[in-house]
Amino acid sequence: MLGTAVALSLIRELGPVLTALMVTGRAGSAITAEIGIMRITEQIDALETMALDPFKYLVSPKFIAAMISLPLLCAIFDVIGIYGGWLVGVKLLGVNPGAYFYEMENSVVWRDVYSGFVKSFSFGLIIAWIGCYKGYYAGHGAEGVSKATTESVVLTSVIILVWDYFLTSVLL
Amino acid sequence: MITMRNVHKSFGAQKVLDGLDLDIPDGKITAIIGPSGEGKSVLLKHLIGLLQPDSGSVEVDGESIIDLRRTELNRIREKFGMLFQNVALFDSMTVFENVAFPLEEKTSLSKEEIRGKVLSALEDVGLKNIEQKFPDELSGGMKKRVGLARAVVLNPKIILFDEPTTGLDPIIKRAIHQLIKDTHAKFGFTAVIVTHEIPDIFDVAQNVAMLFRGKILQHGTPDDIINSTDPAIRQFISGSLDGPIQMV
Ligand SMILES: Nc1ncnc2c1ncn2[C@@H]1O[C@H](COP(=O)(O)OP(=O)(O)O)[C@@H](O)[C@H]1O
Ligand SMILES: [Mg+2]
Repeated sequence: MLGTAVALSLIRELGPVLTALMVTGRAGSAITAEIGIMRITEQIDALETMALDPFKYLVSPKFIAAMISLPLLCAIFDVIGIYGGWLVGVKLLGVNPGAYFYEMENSVVWRDVYSGFVKSFSFGLIIAWIGCYKGYYAGHGAEGVSKATTESVVLTSVIILVWDYFLTSVLL
Repeated sequence: MITMRNVHKSFGAQKVLDGLDLDIPDGKITAIIGPSGEGKSVLLKHLIGLLQPDSGSVEVDGESIIDLRRTELNRIREKFGMLFQNVALFDSMTVFENVAFPLEEKTSLSKEEIRGKVLSALEDVGLKNIEQKFPDELSGGMKKRVGLARAVVLNPKIILFDEPTTGLDPIIKRAIHQLIKDTHAKFGFTAVIVTHEIPDIFDVAQNVAMLFRGKILQHGTPDDIINSTDPAIRQFISGSLDGPIQMV
């Protein structure tokens, strides 16, 4: 039972969601702060006067980075989580090691992996989108950027949870 | 030629430009003077489409720049270089990278050629051996000069300067004015300079326009402005406290 429980809960839910929440705290906030500061110090206007598209120079690289890195980080999260389960279950609590991995192989289907991938991919989109949006429309001065960053993290986290619920009901 | 016709712009209830008309002739240096907070920076941002008027028209070489699609607007913006009032250097890039940035993005020059151009642009504004510093490690006047180098490095056809010499010492101020005059004589660009440098600017600009209460009060040669009979212009040039311009 242990192998199945660990693998399915990680691959379907915990992996994508917890990775996304961690990346939100670390990178989502950074995206908002960076774009917000560039906005209030007219650096984005300066880009525009050089006939460069701020969307191309600032926003799209962050989207691409988030959509590539989230699935990868999620995969790492899953693998480490599964070995963590093995360490506790097999090494500390004496579960049969063969059974742990055999159950896993039996219960996890391609669709689980696929849904985990779709989830973390779309979470990447959400993080970059809200991060950039909140930064671009930051209010005035240091406080405006600090508010935007807070709002970005809170809103992204909530939307990730809601979107996860929605995706789970559609994908599984 | 840049023309503004009947341009209105408000921020909330505050009317900043109120039916402004202005012609900026090609190949000349036009100075825009006027009290602080009258909307000189706002006017400048309209010329390059950073701000859109509430009503009225802005045309660059006969093409309207109002409500353009981004690609169209960028095609027109290729003609411009701009120095912002607060400089707006990219603060996570070094001085060298800031000045090199437009060259890297807009030209296919080799690394060596870019390096040469950047160093000579920095030398022109009197800066040496600071290429590897970051903007927050520079004094205000040095930042201004880096911004100046960045604005002119592509040899644009039209250059907008928002207070290029404010906050600089008298010698550098003189040097910057000389630099603008010399490069203008060499390349013949159109320049628009927002400035408070009176009387120095009368020596630099071929046209001077005074912005007051959202309109161009008078636009003419430096002599026209110096000999103006308009009470606001007289007061502004002499820096007197008495007159139509009331500071609270
Ligand atoms: N983005 C903005 N939002 C609201 N008000 C603005 C904005 N930009 C400028 N203003 C207002 O417009 C007026 C003109 O500003 P500005 O053009 O910066 O003056 P200056 O002539 O000193 O350059 C000021 O009263 C300023 O408060
Ligand atoms: Mg100004």
